[in-house]
Amino acid sequence: MLLTLTTTHRPATDLGYLLFKHPDRVQAFQQSFGTATVLYPEATDERCTVAVLLEIDPVRLARSAGRSTPDFSLAQYVNDRSYAASSLLGVAVADVFSTARSGRADSRQALADSRIPLEITIPVLPCRGGPPIARRVFEPLGWHVDASPIALDDRFPDWGASRYVRLTLTGELRLADALNQLHVLLPVLDEAKHYWQSDDEVDKLLRSGAGWLATHPDRELVTRRYLGRRSSLTRVALARLAELDDVTDELEPTEAEEPPARRRPLNAQRHEAVLGALRELEARSVIDLGCGPGAFLHVLVREPSLTRVAGADVSTRSLQVAARRLHLDDLSERQSERISLFQAALTYEDARFAGFDAAVLMEVVEHVDPSRLPALERVVFGAARPRAVLVTTPNREYNVRYEGLTGMRHPDHRFEWSRAELQDWAGRVATAHGYTVELRGIGDVDPDLGAPTHLAVFRRD
Amino acid sequence: MTEQVEATREIGVPDRGLVLLVGVSGSGKSTFAATHFAPSQVISSDFCRALVSDDENDQSATTDAFDVLHYIVGTRLRRGLLTVVDATNVQSAARASLVRVAKDHDVLVDAIVLDVPESVAVRRNENRPGRDFGPRVVARQHKDLKRSLRSLRKEGFRRVHVLPGDEPGDVRIVPQKPWNDRTDLHGPFDVVGDVHGCATELRTLLETLGWVLQRDDDGRAVGAHHPAGRTAVFVGDLVDRGPDTPGVLRLVMGMVAAGTALCVSGNHEAKLVRALKGADVQVRHGLAESLAQLEAAGEPFRSDALAFMDRLISHYVLDDGRLVVAHAGLKESYHGRSSARVRSFALYGDTTGETDEYGLPVRHPWAREYRGQATVVYGHTPVVEPEWVNNTICLDTGVVFGGRLTALRYPERELVHVPALQQYYEPARPLGRPAADREPTALTIDDVTGTRWLQTEHAGKVKIPEENAAAALEVMSRFAVDPRWLVYLPPTMAPAPTSSRDGYLEHPEEAFAEYAAAGVRHVVCEEKHMGSRAVAVLARDEATAARRFGIADGSTGVVHTRTGRAFFPDGGELVERLRVAVAPLFDELETDWLALDCELLPWSAKALGLIKDQYASVGAAAHTALPAATDVLTAAAARGLDVTALADRVAARTVNAEAYRDAYAAYVRPTDGLDGVTLAPFQLLASEGRTLALTESHRWHLERIGSLTDPLITHTRHRYVDLTDDDQRADAVRWWLELTAAGGEGMVVKPVEPVVSAKRVQPGLKVRGREYLRIIYGPDYTDSLDVLRRRSLGRKKNLALREHGLGLDALARFVEGRPLWSVHQMVFAVLALESEPVDPRL
Repeated sequence: MLLTLTTTHRPATDLGYLLFKHPDRVQAFQQSFGTATVLYPEATDERCTVAVLLEIDPVRLARSAGRSTPDFSLAQYVNDRSYAASSLLGVAVADVFSTARSGRADSRQALADSRIPLEITIPVLPCRGGPPIARRVFEPLGWHVDASPIALDDRFPDWGASRYVRLTLTGELRLADALNQLHVLLPVLDEAKHYWQSDDEVDKLLRSGAGWLATHPDRELVTRRYLGRRSSLTRVALARLAELDDVTDELEPTEAEEPPARRRPLNAQRHEAVLGALRELEARSVIDLGCGPGAFLHVLVREPSLTRVAGADVSTRSLQVAARRLHLDDLSERQSERISLFQAALTYEDARFAGFDAAVLMEVVEHVDPSRLPALERVVFGAARPRAVLVTTPNREYNVRYEGLTGMRHPDHRFEWSRAELQDWAGRVATAHGYTVELRGIGDVDPDLGAPTHLAVFRRD
Repeated sequence: MTEQVEATREIGVPDRGLVLLVGVSGSGKSTFAATHFAPSQVISSDFCRALVSDDENDQSATTDAFDVLHYIVGTRLRRGLLTVVDATNVQSAARASLVRVAKDHDVLVDAIVLDVPESVAVRRNENRPGRDFGPRVVARQHKDLKRSLRSLRKEGFRRVHVLPGDEPGDVRIVPQKPWNDRTDLHGPFDVVGDVHGCATELRTLLETLGWVLQRDDDGRAVGAHHPAGRTAVFVGDLVDRGPDTPGVLRLVMGMVAAGTALCVSGNHEAKLVRALKGADVQVRHGLAESLAQLEAAGEPFRSDALAFMDRLISHYVLDDGRLVVAHAGLKESYHGRSSARVRSFALYGDTTGETDEYGLPVRHPWAREYRGQATVVYGHTPVVEPEWVNNTICLDTGVVFGGRLTALRYPERELVHVPALQQYYEPARPLGRPAADREPTALTIDDVTGTRWLQTEHAGKVKIPEENAAAALEVMSRFAVDPRWLVYLPPTMAPAPTSSRDGYLEHPEEAFAEYAAAGVRHVVCEEKHMGSRAVAVLARDEATAARRFGIADGSTGVVHTRTGRAFFPDGGELVERLRVAVAPLFDELETDWLALDCELLPWSAKALGLIKDQYASVGAAAHTALPAATDVLTAAAARGLDVTALADRVAARTVNAEAYRDAYAAYVRPTDGLDGVTLAPFQLLASEGRTLALTESHRWHLERIGSLTDPLITHTRHRYVDLTDDDQRADAVRWWLELTAAGGEGMVVKPVEPVVSAKRVQPGLKVRGREYLRIIYGPDYTDSLDVLRRRSLGRKKNLALREHGLGLDALARFVEGRPLWSVHQMVFAVLALESEPVDPRL
């Protein structure tokens, strides 16, 4: 809600000319989301400070504007927009100082074109990633950064720091550059709740970033975080599950952290191994059960020997990503007959699962509670009964090879099996449903620990 | 003298079947159809031709027109509607395809032939516009018809009615119910399993059930009646293998003849009939015994028995469609239908053509997929213990193999057994529970997804949009506990009507006024605990969990959230401790399982993540930003700038923000695992045989819960208010003010007695405290009351009523022992209504 900008350039009150705002006036500017007030708490020759104070009434906004508000979080009654220097403050600063931002200063043009000593203070800045990110973003631009974390609640000290920092930037910069940087970087740091993007957003970014963004060492991070993801508010059902859903990527180590012998990411090796097994089985039709956003489907559709490929997942969001990845909307009639994608859950019997040569459950079973596994077994092995079932799942024994990994490889894993545990399960399932099973490993084999990923190949004759 | 008075001719047609009108163009089919059938029952080829070509005489559209006609006819037949096809149907190929449609839907088909003289038809066509195809066409059709009349009866029609002459004459159409339709009989019934010649055991069973046997002069049982007017229904397989097939037949034939029993055919009767008629059948599976015994019984009994068995039909639909009896069971789409494959299913089951390792036919587990409303009772496959599978039950308990003879009392749903006196026959495979047939927990995707209208007892018809179901599927399958434990999900609750009192959005008086207006006199005000809603389902022990819930993994209960998630990663300890805490209730209610609606305290035990991310974060921002803003404004004021109004606003918001921080902090208490966690039960939902949430008053619930003394239990403070007494109302308001001033969330006002009849009365209204609402509507909501008062509660109230009803239906269904899918459908619906819709389309 608050930002102050101070200069010690003499006469400091020239700041009023640069900003086109008289130091002795209190001016209010209406924004679509509230009121921005510009005032000068100090204005002497030695030191002049301008403050922008943004007032937002969240109740009124939540009730009147609903989902068309410029910021998703405004649809909630309880939100930090009235207090924190969010992207909305970035918008307000850009608006009330639009002339200064363009670098035009009429009577003080020389001053506007030169670097002057500046100090910017933002008492509450939402900063995803904490002080390090703030330093990473501002320091390359010539700022000295003082970012100190704000406690979540001093009455509960063990709760630690909040996602806010108190930020002070000091340095000698052109005022216009400083304002443009704030315009871009406040939303970047606020990332999580970026305001609504219109189609000219990229243009806006490039305009405000002129002269500094292209050379910024972290321009990629800045750009990605500024443009954000077009998420959808309709996912409140999953918002209840937020802790889990925030993390959708597997906690597999990145290549740099991998054991040195390993050349290819485990993910790719899994795809390769399962595709190899499907070729061995001479499967002509395959269903990927728990296909997620369709990474393996993408591999399957390029396999010419497959006449039919299906993907099923319980997450409609994942399926939409998969549909985009497979270009489901603009396939030829013949191609689209070959591919199908649908929402399903592996604990509910489903006629659509039947009639395939092979079913693949790649990194799926470990996301099912052990008490619900019998239902999955019945649905896949009992009811759908494909000729072959390929199951991959992490090898728990191998986890010690991942540095820094405590617990399981993914927060949503309900279990991870050792080789013996997999053998128990696979053997029991095979016997109960008339399959034979062969166990293999995927990835580099450790003589004591086995491979990082199990592969169980079930066959029914 | 010949009879001159022409009697009305009655034409019986199958009432849910197909009728083909047959006649040349101009024979008067359309007039006949319009006279004798409702317009919607008649599908004419001309009409369909017009549908697909805008010209009912466009012969080039005939193929497409008949595609449409077949589709409409098929759809009507599937839905059980009498359907009449108005087309010439003079060619056998045209008739054959329609007969095929009827067979595909397992209904009977009749033909009504309008056999008018050719000259009459030609004349009529000449007088009608658009029929200028000349006499040659009619002549050809007439020739086809004449040829057809010779073979028509062999084309698969149940009956062919020929109406000769210029005019059809005085005709009355009489729809005839199929033989299997005995929906007019309402029992009560005693359904008896496979007897297989065990006459002694049958007599004992009937007497155990209270039947009085009638004996002939030789002392043989030849009939029976029940003093309470019950009707026996035999599921077939009276004969073969056992010691006295004639004795069984004699008794059952007498009962059927006297109208005290019904009997469907078993596969053994069908084969015995063929053998007795001299067909070449393999004499196996105990047929030899029957043949020898019947031979010994002599004539005329042998012939009577043959006639009796030959007339047995394969299934009955009884009691307004609520009960179906067939020897090997019957899937829903075959109920009340008639065809060779329906009979085959009823006699032999859904055979796959394969045989198992004992050489016996492998059967598809139809019961596992059964989703019908009708109870299906059958025999055929011997089991050790009859078990309900999706509202179906097999009563063959292998008496002839030394097991038991079983009867089901309907509608009481009680099983009565008598033991076999001995093993009369060696079973081909050991008696057991064929696992595939007996898996009661299979839920199918079709039980829950897609847009559906649920017929409920307590919320009427409830629509579940597919977008909501899609969202719920994800939550249910990824995070919820085993659906067998999930017998209830709590509904949302509406707040009291918005108050216009200064400074208040919600106030008890508004809740009192709403109930008073709805005719409720006595309400209870219950302290609203600020915690997490919890539903506890507890079995007394593992055996109960296995028997009543079908859970055999050793767990004995769950405590789950309002979305069906387990509260703690390993919920076992909480279940253990709660079971101990509520043990007295198990005894008092004489139950071995119990479901309770509770609040789990403190809020921070489960919601700490939410408190930190959402509430404390906003608090931290406010707590830091507002003083900084105050400093800036103080400095500006010192310079002489006029910032008074702004400074006042910031000051007010500082006060609000601190009140907000205090509000959430009040619900934070340190916990470590289960240490510090308590449960506040406020309603007992259900126990064995009792849907307590439906039948008992809140006074009853609170008294039962009030008697618990375990420290795990937090009690719910409450008071009763007679709404006609102003003092009591004022006292309750004071109580609420005290509660909320001390940091309490508020209270819930409920009618003391269960609201049954008046369906629009809310089951409860929450009245939340002024400070608590800051964490709902934001720290400064008190400055925006004018806006918030415009909140519309209609949708919320509607939702609360529907979800409440769905929850009660789920509980009642579970208590009644209804199939898992039918309980799950209700629970899933609550979750779906509580879920934000997602777009399931790709």
